[in-house]
Amino acid sequence: MSRNGPLALAYHTLFVSFMLAPILVVCIMAFTPEGYLSFPTDRWSLRWFYAIAQYPEFISAFWRSIWLGALSSAIAVAVSVPAALAIARYRFPGREAMTALFMSPLMIPHVVLGIAFLRFFTQIGIGGTFVGLVLAHIVIVLPFALRLTLASAIGLDRAIEHAAVSLGASEWIVLKRITLPLVLPGLASGWALAFINSFDEVTMTVFIAAPGTETLPVRMFLYIQDNIDPLVTSVSACVIAITVVALVVLDRAYGLERLLVGRGATHGR
Amino acid sequence: MRATPYLMSLPALVLFAGVVIVPLAMTMLLSFHDWGQYKGIEPVFILKNWQEVLGDSYFHEMFWRTFRIAFFVTLLAAVFGAPEAYILNKMKSPWRGIFLLVILGPLLISVVARTLGWALLFGGNSGLANKALMNMGLISAPLPFMFTETGVIVALAHVLMPYMVLAVWASLQRLDPQIENAAVALGAGPFTVVRRIVLPQVMPGILSGAVIVFALAASAFATPSIIGGRRLKVASTLAYDEFLNTLNWPLGAAVAVLLLFALVAIVWGANRLVERRYAQVFG
Repeated sequence: MSRNGPLALAYHTLFVSFMLAPILVVCIMAFTPEGYLSFPTDRWSLRWFYAIAQYPEFISAFWRSIWLGALSSAIAVAVSVPAALAIARYRFPGREAMTALFMSPLMIPHVVLGIAFLRFFTQIGIGGTFVGLVLAHIVIVLPFALRLTLASAIGLDRAIEHAAVSLGASEWIVLKRITLPLVLPGLASGWALAFINSFDEVTMTVFIAAPGTETLPVRMFLYIQDNIDPLVTSVSACVIAITVVALVVLDRAYGLERLLVGRGATHGR
Repeated sequence: MRATPYLMSLPALVLFAGVVIVPLAMTMLLSFHDWGQYKGIEPVFILKNWQEVLGDSYFHEMFWRTFRIAFFVTLLAAVFGAPEAYILNKMKSPWRGIFLLVILGPLLISVVARTLGWALLFGGNSGLANKALMNMGLISAPLPFMFTETGVIVALAHVLMPYMVLAVWASLQRLDPQIENAAVALGAGPFTVVRRIVLPQVMPGILSGAVIVFALAASAFATPSIIGGRRLKVASTLAYDEFLNTLNWPLGAAVAVLLLFALVAIVWGANRLVERRYAQVFG
């Protein structure tokens, strides 16, 4: 295969600048010393990062997002593991339809899901509650959890399990000592991907979050709708920083390419 | 045991039946209910909302805008994302891994934060985006980006670009580099190699990327809401307005259900087309 020519590299540079520009501009403008939006030229200041502490709604929304992401991802993984093992090991009527159903939150517009959840939760009396948020988030992150647990369940060498059974291990012991430890890496990365998606979700959540149960992206979105100022810029810079750290850790631990492209698409990494 | 796989999937099935299927069915039903300023939602079965959504020119214009934006976003993503995936694929380690992380990474960064970045770049006639374009000599006068369709298209193309790069990248991985080498050995120039060898083989990747980008662009919410402002309405922001400002839930439900059906039809049709056209590639 030929190498990239100078023209290709120039194009690549422009493309990467385009991808990074809006992210960098947020991070740079967050350091402005002025009271309005501006590019810090000679002086950099942390005043807008300190200012976040004066706005408890951002802080509480942040912690709510963390708990919501951790809890809903954990439940989504817990529910996915048996389903993934069933899909990976059995051929049964309705297998394809069931898989499509579990993957459907990826295809249904989040606006439609938000509306459906809003109507449903209001009807059954949990509208605007944290319980409602958790239920909704389990559903939208389950496809991510299932995809990665399914990949590791399919890749599992069943000979090891057969060996354990032939050595006298009971079904429970096989599950606890062989199967679960073997799918653990897929499980952990499935949880991480689910967590990030829950943490970033805004379109669906904006419909079902009430003033006391807003998540961080929802709070940021509603704030931006009113006005754009350096405060929301510094909050966004913090969110970007946290995500980048998580990204690098995930890439080192599992490989971002594998995480996003999914199983089978890439060979020999 | 024949029931075993069903029992294992039971928790997930119960969850999806209760929290996905029932609410979606309720939303469809809701779109047939009546609503009045003072009486609220009336659980009757009428076609009023559907007649309004399908007959009123305001809704026609709004849906036409939604799909026009989605079309141009898809076009931009395909035209600019596919070559980048090709260039990326030719890079050597470690640059390949680093730039893959740089380009795919934004996918996991909050949409609100990324859109805020575009709002800052666009901001006013003296925005940074206009300064950069004028310095490069691409435009002579500042373009209005904020609160325009152009702005929404550019910002959405940025938000959804990683999906296109990812789809093309995945199909490039299945390519046998020996075919390219054979073409070069037989005297083909780099342009001919791309046009005659690479492009036909990655076309399914580009098309499947296009389907994803189109569906996500047509149902995008945060970006059109922040960049488009209150007046430039698309289907999802209109549904949001009906639900949380006007409180006409049945009408909002009709808009949302129509968006869902239109997208399902488009995605299904496109997938059928791709599968028939490229049956030999997939097979």
